[in-house]
Amino acid sequence: MRFGLSEEQELLQHTLREFAAGEAPPARLRELFDGGEGFDPSIWERAAEVGLQGLMVPERYGGAGLELLDGALAFEVLGEAALPGPFLGHTLATLALVRAGSDAQRERWLPRLASGEALASFAIAELPDDHAIDLPWEAERWQLPLVSSRVSGRKTCVEHTPQSEVIVVGTAGGGLALVEAGARGLRVEPIDSLDRGRPLANLCFEDTPAEILPLGEEHAAAVLDAGRILLAADAFGATWKLLQMTIDYVMTREQFGTRIAQFQGVKHELANHAADTEPMRGLVWYAGHAFDHLPEESALEACIVKAHVTERAVAVGRSAIELHGGTGFTWECDVQFFAKRGLFDRGWLGSPSNQRERAATLAGW
Amino acid sequence: MDLSYGAEYDEFRQEVRAFADSAWPETARSDTASPEERQAFIRSAVDRGYLYRSIPRRYGGSERPFDPLREEIVSEEFDAALAPYHLGPQGVGMIVPTLLECGADWQKERFIPRTLTGESIWCQGYSEPGAGSDLASLRSTARLEGDTWVIDGHKVWTSDAADAHYMFGLFRTEADAPKHGGISYLLLEMNQPGIDVRPLRQITGATHFYEVFLEDVRTPADWMVGERGQGWQITRVNLKHERNLGGGRRLRAQFEALLATARRATLGGRPAIEDPHIRQRLAEIYGYVRCGEATSLRRLSAMAQGDESAVSLSLLVAKLFGSNVAERITELGYDLLGAEGLHAPRISSWQGMELSGGQVDWVDQYLFALAGRIAAGSSNIQRNVIGERGLGLPRDLRAG
Repeated sequence: MRFGLSEEQELLQHTLREFAAGEAPPARLRELFDGGEGFDPSIWERAAEVGLQGLMVPERYGGAGLELLDGALAFEVLGEAALPGPFLGHTLATLALVRAGSDAQRERWLPRLASGEALASFAIAELPDDHAIDLPWEAERWQLPLVSSRVSGRKTCVEHTPQSEVIVVGTAGGGLALVEAGARGLRVEPIDSLDRGRPLANLCFEDTPAEILPLGEEHAAAVLDAGRILLAADAFGATWKLLQMTIDYVMTREQFGTRIAQFQGVKHELANHAADTEPMRGLVWYAGHAFDHLPEESALEACIVKAHVTERAVAVGRSAIELHGGTGFTWECDVQFFAKRGLFDRGWLGSPSNQRERAATLAGW
Repeated sequence: MDLSYGAEYDEFRQEVRAFADSAWPETARSDTASPEERQAFIRSAVDRGYLYRSIPRRYGGSERPFDPLREEIVSEEFDAALAPYHLGPQGVGMIVPTLLECGADWQKERFIPRTLTGESIWCQGYSEPGAGSDLASLRSTARLEGDTWVIDGHKVWTSDAADAHYMFGLFRTEADAPKHGGISYLLLEMNQPGIDVRPLRQITGATHFYEVFLEDVRTPADWMVGERGQGWQITRVNLKHERNLGGGRRLRAQFEALLATARRATLGGRPAIEDPHIRQRLAEIYGYVRCGEATSLRRLSAMAQGDESAVSLSLLVAKLFGSNVAERITELGYDLLGAEGLHAPRISSWQGMELSGGQVDWVDQYLFALAGRIAAGSSNIQRNVIGERGLGLPRDLRAG
């Protein structure tokens, strides 16, 4: 019996931490936040050198063949570093191809996606109308029609960059299809995203050629569960980072002639967050492990971990900003990178209340 | 990750389960089981090496190699059978570890064996009316007259005092020493003149605690654990053990009871569990319960691998986390009561839930959850401990 990380997993996190510290220091994050592209090709390339994009791709396609738990451990580090780039969308599109693609599709795309040479996007959410707040993230609610290998309609909040080559699209009936970036009738409307580390766009399709992923209907739900777990892991990393930054700040900031860490009002707030945050580590691990080895538990765990961890991340983010005082409210304060990371993680794939209603149903309540 | 225990342990589990089922049959699983039946069960569980594995044979333990997985299996199976291994939490949970670590050989021989079987019942004499969170400000005294300590004072929140044969407690023996250095750890007999045990009725209406008045109470000079003035350090060993109690299994049991209540209660003519708002609250609480369960797994694994440092922060936050979650569970349980929520508690629970006819008295549970915020280091004291020892924040400015 062992419910802990292996040496290889510890090493993976260590390697990624070193990479992130070198490639995405706060000054670099700030440039990207100011610039607004949300994508830095050099970070992407360096990430590929340490194997990030190929982590969960089977070895025969040039990946490391690791499991979702390993992916979650990697995303924990991404969250802790607020690493900019479309890593989530790329990873989920890649996972969709691994699970649902034909041999030819896999042969064609996976080696280049694993090496980071090609970028992929994962387009699922739709806007039922201009006022809808319950975006159809879930496969059973996708409406985008796929007819005679053509798709028409609009997907929103897609992690997408001008460099993206291929898009995995969720289609009516809960299936998946591939659209190539240069395809006819595809229009990209970039979104100025709240988290500038996550480049977002609306993708509009008009009679756009698309290629079905043969096993899409069968595997779409699992890919979304993977997304929930990766977002939770990302939020978990961001939460620890927010706590650590705030501890560092209150240890140096002086008011009333002493470090503000001395005040119980400050100390107790941080202790409350630590008491909520520390126990989430096992929750994230378990969800990753369940995805790989306990499929009957996986969907429920994925919803619970997504709702729970991302909600705590947002709460800790807001508290971190408050404890940074006026400084925390400024654009110049680095806390925003991680607080906004948490907001993205909370919203993408559905709000905590949405996840909890799903969880209640999955649990048979 | 590997959540299976493996064939050897699975076999062990079967063996323990079969033992619990036969040695503690259904008929004995009520409160009517006699103390003798309980003691006999514990003796035979020790003989088989199931209980008290870390305690040497000569003190009544089973002296087995360190194996947290076996310990976990035994407690899971004994819990499932409602078998009485928790007997005497103050004794097995507190005085036994203290004596093992700090006691004289004769004290171990004399006190530990009968404590393990439940024949000797202990109460804890720590808190006083003026010494709660600031325990070291305690004022009960012991002065040495010849070969006898003479004790005067007033202890409060003393569980089991009415049944206890002995008290282990803290008394000021060195009048001129600084606050912490003047305290010694003494053992004494409860059945003697000068001891007045009075029940404390708690907010639930039940009586689990007592206050103990001591006037000219006597105990032999060598019934001291450690040296004069070492009592405070010895207490730290003790409270550490107390803080380790609890975990995911207890939260799961409480949550399952909550689900049962949500299925039985109705709202708008439908089962409350179908109500969107109730479902939200259940799922939110479930996130915390799963955190607790996963953390228990992490701790068990870390202990089994001999690497407790990997979970040191988890141990520091365990008490605050656990009492917070219990608060959430019992609050929803209480909200699911309707009119009954305005009735006085009907049953009294102590250490977990008393279920009668599958029902939980959430009024009692909700009130009782308050004890979790106060006992064994209040939540605000926990926050100080987490902040200072866990997060490296500066210590409070303390008066003494």
